[in-house]
Amino acid sequence: MKNITTLSALELGKLIKNKEVTVVEAVKAQLEVIRKRDASYHCYLTVMEQEALARAKEVQKQIDAGELDFSPLAGVPMAVKDNMCTKGTNTTCASKILYNFTPPYDATVIEKLNKAGAVIIGKTNMDEFAMGSTTETSHFGETKNPWNTAHVPGGSSGGSASAVAAEEAFYALGSDTGGSIRQPASYCGVTGIKPTYGTVSRYGLIAYASSLDQIGPIGRNISDCAAVLEVISGYDPKDSTSIDKDSYSYTEALVDDVKGMRIGIPKDYLGAGLDAEIRKSILNAAEVFRSKGAIVEEFDLTAVNYAVPAYYVIACAEASSNLSRFDGVKYGYRTENYEGLQQVYKNSRSEGFGAEVKRRMMIGAFVLSSGYYDAFYNKALKVRAIINEGFQKAFEKYDIILGPTAPQTAPGLGESLADPLKMYLSDIYTVSVNLAGLPAVSLPCGLDQKGLPIGLQLIGKHFGEKDIIRAAYSFEQAGSYIRPTLIVSEEGGIA
Amino acid sequence: MKAYETVLGLEVHVELATKTKIFCSCTTQFGGEQNTHCCPVCTGMPGTLPVLNKQVVEYAIAAGLALDCTITQKCRFDRKNYFYPDLPKAYQISQLYFPICRDGGIEIETESGKKTVGIHEIHMEEDAGKLVHDPWGDCTLVDYNRCGVPLIEIVSEPDMRSAEEVIAYLEKLKLILQYLGVSDCKMQEGSLRADINLSVREVGATELGTRTEMKNMNSFKAIARAIEGERKRQIELIEYGKKVIQETRRWDDNKDNSFAMRSKEDAQDYRYFPEPDLPPIEISDEWLEEVKKKQPELRDEKMLRYEKEFDIPAYDAAIITGVKQLAALFEETVALCGKPKEVSNWLMVETMRLLKEQEMEAENISFTPMQLAKLIKLIDEGKINRTVAKEVFEQVFKENVEPEEYVEKHGLGMVNDDGLLRSTIERILSENPQSIADYKSGKTKAMGFLVGQTMKEMKGKADPGKINQMLNELLRTF
Repeated sequence: MKNITTLSALELGKLIKNKEVTVVEAVKAQLEVIRKRDASYHCYLTVMEQEALARAKEVQKQIDAGELDFSPLAGVPMAVKDNMCTKGTNTTCASKILYNFTPPYDATVIEKLNKAGAVIIGKTNMDEFAMGSTTETSHFGETKNPWNTAHVPGGSSGGSASAVAAEEAFYALGSDTGGSIRQPASYCGVTGIKPTYGTVSRYGLIAYASSLDQIGPIGRNISDCAAVLEVISGYDPKDSTSIDKDSYSYTEALVDDVKGMRIGIPKDYLGAGLDAEIRKSILNAAEVFRSKGAIVEEFDLTAVNYAVPAYYVIACAEASSNLSRFDGVKYGYRTENYEGLQQVYKNSRSEGFGAEVKRRMMIGAFVLSSGYYDAFYNKALKVRAIINEGFQKAFEKYDIILGPTAPQTAPGLGESLADPLKMYLSDIYTVSVNLAGLPAVSLPCGLDQKGLPIGLQLIGKHFGEKDIIRAAYSFEQAGSYIRPTLIVSEEGGIA
Repeated sequence: MKAYETVLGLEVHVELATKTKIFCSCTTQFGGEQNTHCCPVCTGMPGTLPVLNKQVVEYAIAAGLALDCTITQKCRFDRKNYFYPDLPKAYQISQLYFPICRDGGIEIETESGKKTVGIHEIHMEEDAGKLVHDPWGDCTLVDYNRCGVPLIEIVSEPDMRSAEEVIAYLEKLKLILQYLGVSDCKMQEGSLRADINLSVREVGATELGTRTEMKNMNSFKAIARAIEGERKRQIELIEYGKKVIQETRRWDDNKDNSFAMRSKEDAQDYRYFPEPDLPPIEISDEWLEEVKKKQPELRDEKMLRYEKEFDIPAYDAAIITGVKQLAALFEETVALCGKPKEVSNWLMVETMRLLKEQEMEAENISFTPMQLAKLIKLIDEGKINRTVAKEVFEQVFKENVEPEEYVEKHGLGMVNDDGLLRSTIERILSENPQSIADYKSGKTKAMGFLVGQTMKEMKGKADPGKINQMLNELLRTF
C-alpha cells in the first residue's frame, strides 16, 4: 500500500469503489502521512485518529452494502477547518477562548459530508477566528507552507490549504470571508472555490462576518473541488441566507471547452502593487484561454479600488457583534482572576483573544458606535452596493472575470503581522468578491523565481459556479499539477 | 405650588402566544424545569443561526392592524448589542430601523372623556433568559428557557396625562391583544410588561420636561401607585429648584418607592446594525390581505353586535365582552340553547357573585357552555325551579358537575305529583284553621304563610305557581 496519498480525491474514491483499496487502508495511509509530516507543517489542530478509524469501518460497510454508490467521494479521508462545528470534537477557531469547546451539534456541511461517506480525519489550523492572511494569528502556533517552510501558507484557511498541498488530506473544507480559501490555496499551489453567497449553508460555521462568510472546498484539482461542492451545497432550512437553486451538479461543468467564452480582465487588477512575476503569469494564463478560443479583453472596474476599506468596516462590524458571545460565562475560556461579572467579561476576553481579533473587534465596535455609524458603516454599505453594481455591469459583457488571487506569493513567516495595514491591503483582489457575494476559484498557474506558487483567480456571476469550473478545468488541461517536494521525516510525530 | 401636568408614554412588552420560539422550534410554555426548553440556537451556541417563526410576523401584523397602524411591508431585524448573562449571544435580535408597524392609535375612554393615544411603533424581538440567585451557593444561575420567546414591543406616543388614562390604555390594549389571540397578557407571568415614561411640566408649557423610565410594575394597581409616586417625586425636585435626571428607575411596590437603576450618562451604546443572518422580511399585499381576513371580531364591534343581535343592555354587553373568555362562554351557550337574555342573566348575576365570593378572575371560569345550557334547559322544561337552579349552578361553577346528574342524584327535580301536592295542602289547611279564617277575613298575608308551609313540606321542589293555584282552589272548599 504505497503512495495512495498522492492521488486526487476522485481517484482514491474510484479505487475504493472498485475494492482495490479499503477505506481503513486509505485512512491508515493518510494517518501515517500526517504522523510523518505534521510536525513539520502543523496543518492540524486535532487529528481524529480513533474516530476516523471507527468511521472508516462504518463507511466500508455502507459501501459494501451499496448504500454509497451515488457518492464518488465515499471513504476518502478529508480535513475540516476548525471553525466548523463537529459534534463531540473540539472546535476552537484556533483561539484560546474556545480552547476546550466541544460543540453539541454538527454543522450542516458535516452532516452532508457524512451522508456522502466522507471520513473526517482532523480539524485544521487557521488564523484565530479566521482573522488574518497567514495562519500566524492562531493561538496554537503557525502552519508552514509545504513549498517552503520558511513561508506562511496564507490564511485564514492555511491549515486546510497546507494539508491538501502536503498530502495530509485528500481535500479539505475552508471558509472564505475576504479571500480565506482562495489566498491560501494560491500560496500553497492548490485549488479552492469560494461559492456564491447562499450556496453552502453556514449553519455550524462559527461566524466571523455573517454577510460575507462562505464555506468552500480546497483540493488538488478543480474536479475534486467540484465534486465536494456538489456534496456540501444546497438550501438549508436552518440557514435563512441559503438560497434554493434547482441544480447543484457542478461536476457536469468539468468540460475542456472555453470556445467563445467571454473573459474580462480588470485593469485595476493588474496595476501598481502587483508583483511583476505574478502579472506575467496571469497574462500567460490569459493567453492559454485565448489560444483555446476564448475572447479575452481588459476593462475598467474602478469600484474595486474602495473594496478593502469597505470590507474591513463591514467585516469588523459584524465580527464585533458575532464574537461578543465569547464572554467566559457559558463555555470556553474563563479567567481565573475575577471579582464580579464585569471582571469575568473583561479578563476572560482580554486573556482569551489574540491581538488581531481584538483589533478587529475594536474597529468594529467603533464603526457601529453612535455618531460614527453613518460615517463608516453606512458608507461602507453604499460602497458595497456600488461594487456589486460594477460587477453586475461587467457580467453583462463577460462570462467570467480573470485576475490574480493575491498581489504577491507567500510571504516569509513573521513578515506580515508587523504591518497589519499592509496585510489588509494584500486582500485587494479577493475581498470585492465577498462584498458582491460572487463565486470565485483560485487555481495554480505557475511558480515564481523563489519557487512559490502563483494563484489565478476566476470570478463568476452570481450562481455562475459552472462557468468558473469549466474555465478552471480547461486551464488545468493545458498544464499539469505541480506538487511540492514534501518532507518525509521517519521519526516525526503528530504536532 | 404651581399647577403641573403629567405627561406619560408607555413601552409595553407583550409575549406572543406562539407555540414555539421566535428563531427555533423550542416550546414557549411557561414554567418547566430550568434549561429544558432550549437548544443550541436559543442558547446562542457558536455557529447557530436564527430562522424566523412566520407566526410571529402574523401576530405582529394582526396587532398592528387592530391598533390602526401602517404595516412596514419591507421590514427587517437589527442587532442590539450588550453584555449580560441572560443574553447568550450578547445581542438581542430586535427591530430599530424598520419596525413592522408604525403610526397607530387606540381610543380610550375615561371620566374625562374619549381620546386617542397614538402608537408610535410596534417591533418584534426575542426575550432574554432569567437570572436566578442561589443564596446557598452564593452564585447566580441562568435559566435560558425564556430565551427566544417572541415579544412585540408596543411604544405609545406621550399622549397620556394621568394614571387613569394609562390604565384605560392598558386595559384596552390587553383586551385587543387577547381578542386577537396574539397574547394571553398575564402580568403576573410576565407576558405583559409595561415600562412607563413620565415627565411633568407646568400647565400650559409646550416643551416636554425631562422624563424618567419606570420598570418593574406587575399589576395595574402597582402601575397607578408608581405613576403617583414618580409624579410627586419629580414635582418635588422642581419645586426645590432641582433638576429631574433622565434615568431608568425600578419600582419597588413593597416599599412604595422607586430607585435609580442607571442614568442617561451611563446608558449603553447598543451599536445597532442590520441582522445579517436574517434576510429582510417582505410582507406582500396578498399576505397582508390574508392576515386581515383572519382578524377576529374585536371587543367594540362585539359589544355593539350583542346589543343589536341579542337585545341585551349596553351595560351587560360591556361586562360580558370585557373578558374574552366570558364573551366566548356567552356566545357558545346562546348557540346551544338560545335565550340570550337568560344566558346573560346567569353570567351577570350568579357568575359575577360567585367570582367575587371565590376571589376569582373571569379568565379562570371552568364550567362549560354545555353545562350552563343544560341548566337553562332544566328550568325551561320545568324540571327544576329557580331556587334549586341557583343551588345547582353553584355546584356547576365550583365543582364542574353535570347539572342533570346532580339534580337526579340529589333528588332536586320538581315534584309533578298533583295528588301529593293536593294531600299536602289539605293537611296543612286542616292544621291551620286560624290562617284560613284570616284569609277569609281578607288578610292576604295568610296566603303567603300557607304557600311557604307547603313549599317547606315539599322540600322546595314544587312549582310555586302550581301551589298558588291549588291553594286558591282548595281554600274555596273550606
